[in-house]
Amino acid sequence: MAVLDLKRKLAILSDAAKYDASCASSGGSKRDSSNGKGVGSTDGGMGICHAYAPDGRCISLLKILLTNFCTYDCVYCVNRVSSNVPRARFSVQEVVDLTLGFYKRNYIEGLFLSSGIIKSPDYTMEQLVLVAKTLREVHDFRGYIHLKVIPEASPALVNEAGLYADRVSINIELPKDESLVQFAPEKDLGDIKKAMGAVRLSQDASKDKAIKARAPKFAPAGQSTQMIVGADGASDGQILRRSESLYGAYKLRRVYYSAFSPIPDSSSKLPLSKPPLIREHRLYQADWLMRFYGFERAEIIGEGEDLDLAIDPKLAWALRNRGEFPVDLNVADRERLLRVPGLGVKAVDRMLDVRRFKQLRLEDVKRLTRGLEKLKPFIVTADWTPGPLTDRIDLRDRLAPKPEQLSLF
Amino acid sequence: MEVVRLEHVTDFAGWRTAARSLRARSVPPEAVIWTVEGQGRDLFSDGGGPPAPAAQSANFTVPRDFMELAEDVALHRSEDRWALLYRMLWRITTGEPNLARIASDPNTARARSYARQVSQAAHKMKAFVRFREIPSDTGVEAYVAWFEPAHRVAERTAPFFARRFANMRFSILTPDVCVLWDTQQLAFAPGATPDQAPSFDELEDFWRTYYASIFNPARLNPSMMQKEMPKRYWRNLPEARLIPELIARAEARTEEMVAQAPSEPNRRALRRHEPEPSGIVDGHHPSTLEEIRAGVQACRRCDLWRDATQGVPGEGPGQARLMFVGEQPGDQEDLAGQPFVGPAGQVLNKALDEAGVPRAETYVTNAVKHFKHEMRGKRRLHKTPDTGEVTACRWWIDHERQIVRPRVVVALGATAALSVFGKPTAIAKFRQQAIQLPDQSQGVVTYHPSYLLRVPDAAAKAKAYAMFVEDLKYAWALAA
Repeated sequence: MAVLDLKRKLAILSDAAKYDASCASSGGSKRDSSNGKGVGSTDGGMGICHAYAPDGRCISLLKILLTNFCTYDCVYCVNRVSSNVPRARFSVQEVVDLTLGFYKRNYIEGLFLSSGIIKSPDYTMEQLVLVAKTLREVHDFRGYIHLKVIPEASPALVNEAGLYADRVSINIELPKDESLVQFAPEKDLGDIKKAMGAVRLSQDASKDKAIKARAPKFAPAGQSTQMIVGADGASDGQILRRSESLYGAYKLRRVYYSAFSPIPDSSSKLPLSKPPLIREHRLYQADWLMRFYGFERAEIIGEGEDLDLAIDPKLAWALRNRGEFPVDLNVADRERLLRVPGLGVKAVDRMLDVRRFKQLRLEDVKRLTRGLEKLKPFIVTADWTPGPLTDRIDLRDRLAPKPEQLSLF
Repeated sequence: MEVVRLEHVTDFAGWRTAARSLRARSVPPEAVIWTVEGQGRDLFSDGGGPPAPAAQSANFTVPRDFMELAEDVALHRSEDRWALLYRMLWRITTGEPNLARIASDPNTARARSYARQVSQAAHKMKAFVRFREIPSDTGVEAYVAWFEPAHRVAERTAPFFARRFANMRFSILTPDVCVLWDTQQLAFAPGATPDQAPSFDELEDFWRTYYASIFNPARLNPSMMQKEMPKRYWRNLPEARLIPELIARAEARTEEMVAQAPSEPNRRALRRHEPEPSGIVDGHHPSTLEEIRAGVQACRRCDLWRDATQGVPGEGPGQARLMFVGEQPGDQEDLAGQPFVGPAGQVLNKALDEAGVPRAETYVTNAVKHFKHEMRGKRRLHKTPDTGEVTACRWWIDHERQIVRPRVVVALGATAALSVFGKPTAIAKFRQQAIQLPDQSQGVVTYHPSYLLRVPDAAAKAKAYAMFVEDLKYAWALAA
C-alpha cells in the first residue's frame, strides 16, 4: 500500500468524520494552563466556534477519525467495509501533533476523536484512549477532548476514556429498534444502551457528594449521541420518543439529529436525495421545547405523527391549544410565558425583569422580542388584547412563513 | 455648552470623573459635548479639557449593574457612547434608579445592544485570532497574530489568551493596541500594522485541508456561515480564501453523489465473514444460569425491552437454598444490569444484615426482568407491571427456579407473589407462613423493600421494617 502523506491522511480522515454532527466544546470543568506545563483551557460554559464551514456548521474541534478502515458494514455510513472510499490511518503521535499544532495556533478548542472498528472493539477503544492519555499526561494538554465510545468495548476502557475526556458519546444511530438490525448488522442496540447506562453510572458516582473524595472526575461535559434522520422511515414522533427516553435514562446532554446526507459511494439500500434539512431543524426545535421550555414530548407530538414542516413546533402547539391563549404578559408566570410562540428564554427573562418596574406595553414587547406581529394573536399587554384574532380560522396561514422563504434550505 | 475631552478612546476612568463632576454641578446631558484627544472635533479643540473635579463630593450613587454595563459600552466604536452613558447616568440620578434594568427603555436598549456587540466582539476575538509561529532562540515557542477586533476588546480579552497559552510567548497585534505575553506577564503596546506580523505558517495548509474536508457540500448554507463568521473577519482568516470555491462547487459535488450509482462492494467486504446471528431462539429451554442471562437480554416476550436498557437476570449461587423474587428492576438496576442495587436494594441489604442472612448465599431475582416506567419530564417513573407482563416473564422465573432449586422462595411484594403463586396473594394475611409450591419448594410472602421506603408515618415505617426483618429470619430458618 502506498504511504500517504500527512495532509492526504488528514483530508481522508476528516472527510470521513464530517457526518457526525457534534462539534460542541461546551460544558464541563473550568481549567487553564497557568499552573501547568502545556497549553489549553476550558471555561466550563459556552464553547468557542473557531470557524464556520460553508454548510453553516461550527468548527470548534479537530474532528477526525483515527482510521476509516472498518470491519462493520453499516449501510448509512461512508466508512462501511463495503464502501470503496480511500482509506487511511493516523498514528497516535500524528493525531497528538496535529491537535497540539492546531491548538497553539488557536484554530480549535480541542479534539473530537472517533474511529472505524479495526481488529476488535477493545483494540480500537484502546487506541482512542491512548491518544487522549498522551495528550493529557505527556503534553499536559488542558483543552477539550471528546472521545467516541465503542459500545462493545470493555467497561474498563470506557471508564478510562471518561477520565481523560471532557465528553464521551455513543451513537444510537437510528431511531427505530428494528432499523439497527437491518442497517447495521454488527451493532447491537442492547450494547449501545448498556454502554450509555454505564457512562451515566460512572458520572453519578463522580458527582456523588458522599464519595467525591474517592471517585475521579468522569467526562465532566457529559455524554451525547446522534440519530440519523431520514434513513429508516421513522416518524418524527418515534424519533422524539427515542430522544425523550434517552434523556431520561442516561442524562444525555444532547441528542444530535443528523439529516441523512448523500455520501460518496453510497449503498443501494438507502434513499439518495438531498438531506431533509428542514425536518432536522424542526426536530431540534422540538428537542429544545422538551429541554428548556417545559414541554412533555407527548404534548408536542404523538408517536406516529410528523412535525409540521411549515411552522415551528411551538406555534403548532399554540394553534392546537388556543384555549391557553391569550397570555397576559404582565401577570403570567415564567412557565406560561415560555409557551408563547415567539418568546424565547432570554426574552421571557428580560420581560420578567422589566415587569418589576413598569407595565409592559406593545412598544416594550417590540424592543424585547424579534417580531411583534407574530406575537400579537397570543398576548395581552397594557395596551393590547387580540380579541377574536386568537381564534381566527386562518391564523395558521397568517403566521406561517411564505413558502419561498423555505427554499433557502 | 461644556466640552469634555477624554484622554483616549477607551478612557472610562476619565468619563467617570467627568460625569461625576458634571452631574454634581447639575449640567444636563443636552449641554455636554464629549470628545476624545486626537480624534476629530477640531472645532472644540480649544475649549475642551478634563473638567475640574467637583468642588464638593458628588452626593449620589449609581447601581452596580449600570457601571458594569457602562464599562462594556465604553469599548464600543460608536461615537455617541459617552453621551449615551451620561444621559443614562442623568436619568438614573433624577428619579429612575432602575433604568439599567428596564431593557425595553430606548436608552437602555441601545446601551445593552452596544454591550452585546462588545461582548460578541470579544468572543469572536477568542475564536478568530490565528497565531503564526516565529523562530525562537529561548527554547520557548513564540507566536504572533494580526487581528482586527470589531470593537476595542483586545485588552479585555488578553487574559483569556494568557491563561490558555500560559507557556508560550505570543503577541497579538491589533490596530488599537498590541498584547504581549512572555509566559509571566501581560504587557500592552500601541497599535500596529499588518506588515509587522509574519505572513506565513507551515500548518495553515493543513488547517485549510481540514476546513475543506470537514465541509459537507450537501448541506450548503452560506448565509448561516456568514451570520456567525461575518465577512469583516475573513481577510485575517487563512481558511476563508477557500470559501468561494467551496460554495461554487458544492451543488455539482452533491449532484454527482446523488447521481452516482452505488458501486459493487469491495473485495475486503466480500472476503469478510457474515456476522453470526445472535443464536437466541425463542422457546429454547435454558438449562444454565448463563443461558438465562443471555436469553433475558434477547427476550421479546413482551414489549418492555423497548424502553429498558437491558434485561436484568437474577444473581447468586446456582445452588442457593433461598431465593428472593422482587417485582422488577428499577432505574439503577436497569443501568447496572444487576438486581437490587438501587435504594430498595439498600433497604434489603440492611434488613438481611440485621436478620443474619448472608445475601451472597441467596439468589436474588425479579418477577419481571425489564424496567417498566413512564417518562415524566426528564425522569423515568416506576410503573407496576401488568398481569400480561408478569405472565410472560414467568418463563424466566420458572426456569431460574428449576435451575437453582431453592428450598424456599420469598416473594417480595404483591407482583412477586402473583408471579410465584400464580394468583393474587394478600401479604398481611399470609406472611410468616410456609406455602407449599408445586415443585416441592416452599413459598413465603413479605413486603417489598420499596414499600418500606414509601410508608409515610415514621412509627408505621419502623413497624413494617421490623416485620420485614422478622420475615427474612423466618424464611432463612425455613430454608436451613
